[in-house]
Amino acid sequence: MTTLTTPYRPQAKVTETTAENYLNVAYGVKSWLLTTDHKRIGLLYLMSVTVMFFVGGVAATLIRLNLLTPHGQLVTADTYNKLFSAHGIVMVFFFLVPVVPTVLGNFMLPLMIGARDLAFPRLNLASWYIYLVGAFLMLLVLFSGGVDTGWTFYTPFSSKASHTNVLPAVTAIVIAGFSSIFTGLNFVVTVHRLRAPGLTWFRLPLFVWSLYSTSIIMLLATPVLAMLFVLLAIERLWGVGIFDPALDGDPLLFQHLFWFYSHPAVYIMILPGMGIVSEILPCFSRKNIFGYQFIAFSSISIAVIGFLVWGHHMFVAGESVYAALVFSLLSYLVAVPSAIKVFNWTATLYKGSVSFQTPMLFALGFIGLFTIGGLTGLMLAALGLNIHVHDTYFIVAHFHFIMVGGMVMGYMAGLHYWWPKMTGKMYSEWWARLSALIIFVGFILTFMPQFILGYLGMPRRYHVYPAEFQVLNVLSTAGASILGVGYLLPFAYLIASLFGRTRSGPNPWAATGLEWQTPSPPPPQNFLVTPHVTCGPYEYALSSEGDHASS
Amino acid sequence: MPVRDRGLWHHFDSLDHQADSNLLGMWVFLATELLVFGALFTGYSAYRWRYPAGFEAGSRHLNLLIGGVNTVVLLTSSLTMALAVRAASQGRQALLVRLLLATLFLGSAFLGLKAVEYRQDYLERLVPGLAFDRGAWQELHVNPNHVQLFLIFYYVMTGIHALHLTIGIGVLGILTLKASRGHFTPQYSAPVEMWGLYWHFVDIIWLFLLPLLYLVSTRTSFY
Ligand SMILES: [Cu+2]
Repeated sequence: MTTLTTPYRPQAKVTETTAENYLNVAYGVKSWLLTTDHKRIGLLYLMSVTVMFFVGGVAATLIRLNLLTPHGQLVTADTYNKLFSAHGIVMVFFFLVPVVPTVLGNFMLPLMIGARDLAFPRLNLASWYIYLVGAFLMLLVLFSGGVDTGWTFYTPFSSKASHTNVLPAVTAIVIAGFSSIFTGLNFVVTVHRLRAPGLTWFRLPLFVWSLYSTSIIMLLATPVLAMLFVLLAIERLWGVGIFDPALDGDPLLFQHLFWFYSHPAVYIMILPGMGIVSEILPCFSRKNIFGYQFIAFSSISIAVIGFLVWGHHMFVAGESVYAALVFSLLSYLVAVPSAIKVFNWTATLYKGSVSFQTPMLFALGFIGLFTIGGLTGLMLAALGLNIHVHDTYFIVAHFHFIMVGGMVMGYMAGLHYWWPKMTGKMYSEWWARLSALIIFVGFILTFMPQFILGYLGMPRRYHVYPAEFQVLNVLSTAGASILGVGYLLPFAYLIASLFGRTRSGPNPWAATGLEWQTPSPPPPQNFLVTPHVTCGPYEYALSSEGDHASS
Repeated sequence: MPVRDRGLWHHFDSLDHQADSNLLGMWVFLATELLVFGALFTGYSAYRWRYPAGFEAGSRHLNLLIGGVNTVVLLTSSLTMALAVRAASQGRQALLVRLLLATLFLGSAFLGLKAVEYRQDYLERLVPGLAFDRGAWQELHVNPNHVQLFLIFYYVMTGIHALHLTIGIGVLGILTLKASRGHFTPQYSAPVEMWGLYWHFVDIIWLFLLPLLYLVSTRTSFY
């Protein structure tokens, strides 16, 4: 009788070339469009969010091109407004929020906990279709004139003052929001009910903890945004003044409700990346993670405290001084669990046997860029400094360090780490390392100048700027073009790997997680035999606990 | 291969395991729903705290008689729903169908009465943006803007509640059809229990809406 047990022991018997897997079990369009297999749905999501990433990327490219010269010769002010709105809306709501949970989470979560699927497979497929409807509607909006409100839809930009497609745009976002809610619901129930025998909560991989925390935020924050947009729609349709001071409405209420979703959404956009890094660091330093429980609970506490800091977006919008003080303090507090993670990651590397393969390069890039983004976040949480740099490029640089330097780096790390598991193929390590390097350099060059620009006072969201800012803007645009190349490269070599002959084998990184104990690509049922878990997820040769090494 | 129970998905170990997971899924969904209404309660509270006079005046013009009768109707439907869940778990098919039908009927009665009430509100010019008489409120020395805000939240909150009820009625219709075909057994009754939870949740929301919307001030008449 064969059983799978942890820690991992290579099973030479697995012959995967002829074995049935989730890709070759059925062919044809219908077998994909009607699939309830979480692995196939993960790939469907991969394709959809990649399309949206490139749409948002095109908008970003045009923005940077326009800012090459101080007079904004490429596009008019109106078009510029539509471009940065399109970039923000597509990247936030249709790429960053869904990307890691729906692609890597969908694919890996059941594998990492030894389950045969997510708890609600049909709901999972439905959530993809809902996402598609939202995304198509959004694309339709963009190609039929766009919106000019910015991704925040502040009133009165979005109510009285805008004559663009605000209603279809917020409808698309609400629709995509439902897809998030269903994904979150699926993950929470799956983690609670479908763990393999012996897989206790404190043996869960940290990526699972981070997905669980993310799901809680998705479930509790998204409905608030949906209702806010319902109120906004009513204001536009019936011409009443819910947020209009002329009719005794309060525009600040809009901002409160908006950021009650959108600040926690920042953590939807970073927690999964943190989870990926927590998987990769132990593997590529051959060392157990340092402070497992601290990292696990810091994910939960980020999810909880993250709900209490939204007011830091309204320091200059008429919020009371007392409220501002409290929100400033809470914003400092929410940095603590993030810092705990960074310290634990560093301690994991300490005396590890570190190797620099592609996933590790991206993960290390994540830590560096996220730390810069986090520290500048502390500057912004300080009331006095916030007023100085409010609505400048300093803010733009800060949140791009978190969302692009953090989350997109984390996503790339995870994609490269699990690509062999998802496809059974290994990509070209040389090209992949090169692209990691290019993305890192391009990113720094794009956004470091923006910190300086913002500190010097260049406001965001203008299509022209004083001539003295041109040098830094040219540097930023140059960096963006390098970054663009960096993002196009993986597209090429990952697809090329599918047609290549380099098979990855079940466990190319000699990692310990459950997902590596099944063939690559995994069989339709995920595991040939139900795994029994007897130890934690990171039983590598080196210990982080000192004395426990020999036990 | 052991024989799998009917209605059991491959990734669950047993029907119990599956039922348990489905119920948890509904509880989690209801947590989301709580925030749907939570956002509206927040907006309502902000304006009611700021404009108490306008909210009281607006509230006095709502039809408490229909609101009250509807409360009784909805609470009774919760009773029949709870009994339906019990009947399903005991495998009493005929009783289950009858109780589901009763719940369906009471839910629809609520919506019918609500529609009558909306129509009256319209006739009394209580609909901001469509039929609203600013001058009449000014004569009463009430700021019409504040009344408008109250009425907007009244329509959004009751409207979203009615939408939930409509979805509930749709699902209950499907469950009734399935029940009449003997689909549910004592081992497989989780869908009835799940949507029972949903039904009760929608009722509980109404129990908050009633005082927030109809009972803002002491009243001398019911409508
Ligand atoms: Cu924030």
